[in-house]
Amino acid sequence: MTSVMVSLRGVDKVFPRRKGASTVALEGIDLEIRAGDFVSLLGPSGCGKSTLLRIVGDLLEPTAGTVTVNGKSPSRARHDRDYGMVFQQATLLEWRRVLGNVALPLEVTGMAEPQRSERAREMLKLVELVEFADHYPWQLSGGMQQRVAIARALTLEPSLLLMDEPFGALDEMTRERMQMELMRIWQETQTTVLFVTHSIPEAVFLSTQVVVMTPRPGRVAGIVDIDLPQPRVFETREETKYFDKLVEVREVLRAEEE
Amino acid sequence: MGGLYRFIPLMVVAAPPISFSNRWLRSMVGFGVVLLVLAGLWEGYKLLGRTDLPLPVRADNRSMPHLWDIVRSIFEPARRGSEETLGWVLTKASLVTFREAVAGFLAGSVIGLGLGLLFVRSPLAERGLMPWVVASQTIPLLAIAPMVVLWAGKYRLPLWIPIAALAAFLSFFPVTVNTIRGLRSPSPTSAELFRSIAASPSQEFRKLRIPAAFPYLFTALKVAAGASVVGTIVGELPSGLPDGLGRQLLTFSYYYSSGPEKLYAAVLFAVLLGLTFVAVVALIERLVIPPTRRVAQ
Ligand SMILES: Nc1ncnc2c1ncn2[C@@H]1O[C@H](COP(=O)(O)OP(=O)(O)OP(=O)(O)O)[C@@H](O)[C@H]1O
Ligand SMILES: [Mg+2]
Repeated sequence: MTSVMVSLRGVDKVFPRRKGASTVALEGIDLEIRAGDFVSLLGPSGCGKSTLLRIVGDLLEPTAGTVTVNGKSPSRARHDRDYGMVFQQATLLEWRRVLGNVALPLEVTGMAEPQRSERAREMLKLVELVEFADHYPWQLSGGMQQRVAIARALTLEPSLLLMDEPFGALDEMTRERMQMELMRIWQETQTTVLFVTHSIPEAVFLSTQVVVMTPRPGRVAGIVDIDLPQPRVFETREETKYFDKLVEVREVLRAEEE
Repeated sequence: MGGLYRFIPLMVVAAPPISFSNRWLRSMVGFGVVLLVLAGLWEGYKLLGRTDLPLPVRADNRSMPHLWDIVRSIFEPARRGSEETLGWVLTKASLVTFREAVAGFLAGSVIGLGLGLLFVRSPLAERGLMPWVVASQTIPLLAIAPMVVLWAGKYRLPLWIPIAALAAFLSFFPVTVNTIRGLRSPSPTSAELFRSIAASPSQEFRKLRIPAAFPYLFTALKVAAGASVVGTIVGELPSGLPDGLGRQLLTFSYYYSSGPEKLYAAVLFAVLLGLTFVAVVALIERLVIPPTRRVAQ
């Protein structure tokens, strides 16, 4: 029994430009994301990954087509607080301590005080940063800031976690550690994840499904199922099957270039 | 150049990287060094006046009294046969001027904040009114001051009201501009974050835009504090108000030839008043904004 979390049908997005010209950012996107899956959007810069993510998250309206999330319109889903969002920059509020940053969504929903801090502290435990609850964001490394952002995105127990290149600004070593961390969190919380990345290894390592996109106009070139065993661990990157999947994704990307 | 050279050893003493744990102490030392340099330049220029170099400004004791003469005059009677020292007279005058400046500063800040909030909420109001706000600052204050004082006289308002109004006129502008800048400073991604958790516009305003605007606002308030002192003194000049620094400046400029150091002393008090006001605002800033934000600025 697998239910559908996100469904896109014939979604187009056209950005008007000056002098009547326009950019077709997305054209004819059909996509279904099953609940509980980890789906990556992969493709070169400018192929519309962020645009697609933002349409799902109700930060943008599609020009044409229909989108449903949890069987609802994206706007409904957003007001029901079905989303957690993580961006490339941690976007923490610099005048709040770590705990206050994680508690922000709870404040917005009106949760009262002892519970609010308790819940925020629990989330910090999940990302293993409880000791830093009283620090200011600038006292944390980039990777730690991003973990705080993930904790914040998860406080409202969203059914869909939207992540736009969340590790894009991190160095390679931190990035791999964050990937492991994210895998553990995904296992623990069982949320559905829609994840944007430029990196083929990252997409293959993390995902249950990789959606390969191509630019001008943004289209889905192919979908690769990544049926590597769960949970993904350090050794996953050393399996033959992992390399096979890297090659498979690469082939889809190249086929489109020709 | 002898005057200058005398102070260079002092600067060298202050320059080595002494690691003060206290930033405040360090900034005070910096302030002292600048003060010494300025004093050195003043007296050095006067030494140049003894040579027969053609100088742009005359350096004799009437045009440029010695610093020690200025300082000494502060401790001497303000007028012949009077008990009060010049310092005491100027202190009293400064307090009167300070009261008016505070009134003008508060009014200007409230108006500036109100306009800033209005403009951020309503682009229409911004497009319609902002050019007038900018234009208002190009009006020469000196020219309108007598008019404002005259109008206030017609309505029998107390004298301090038109004076404070002129101070407000100078101080509202930086507050308006920086309120707008501050409220618009959050990145688009921060706004998207608030949208993604379905925060109401008023929650976004209170929890994102207002705290983000604080450092900008305090920068503006410090500028406004200085400007309000200038506005007050300019307002006092035509008002005939007998107690403020403006009147003292006027009086001592009449008697300039007999005691130039007194005018310089009065100017010194005006500068100190402005600095004190700015320092008070800076102190409030320290109490209100956590240290991190100030570093970030
Ligand atoms: N707000 C906007 N207004 C106009 N054009 C836009 C806007 N946002 C995106 N575009 C255009 O749409 C196309 C897709 O952009 P998008 O940001 O979705 O790409 P992306 O795949 O996320 O790229 P990257 O990997 O560099 O982040 C680009 O050509 C971009 O110029
Ligand atoms: Mg993008």
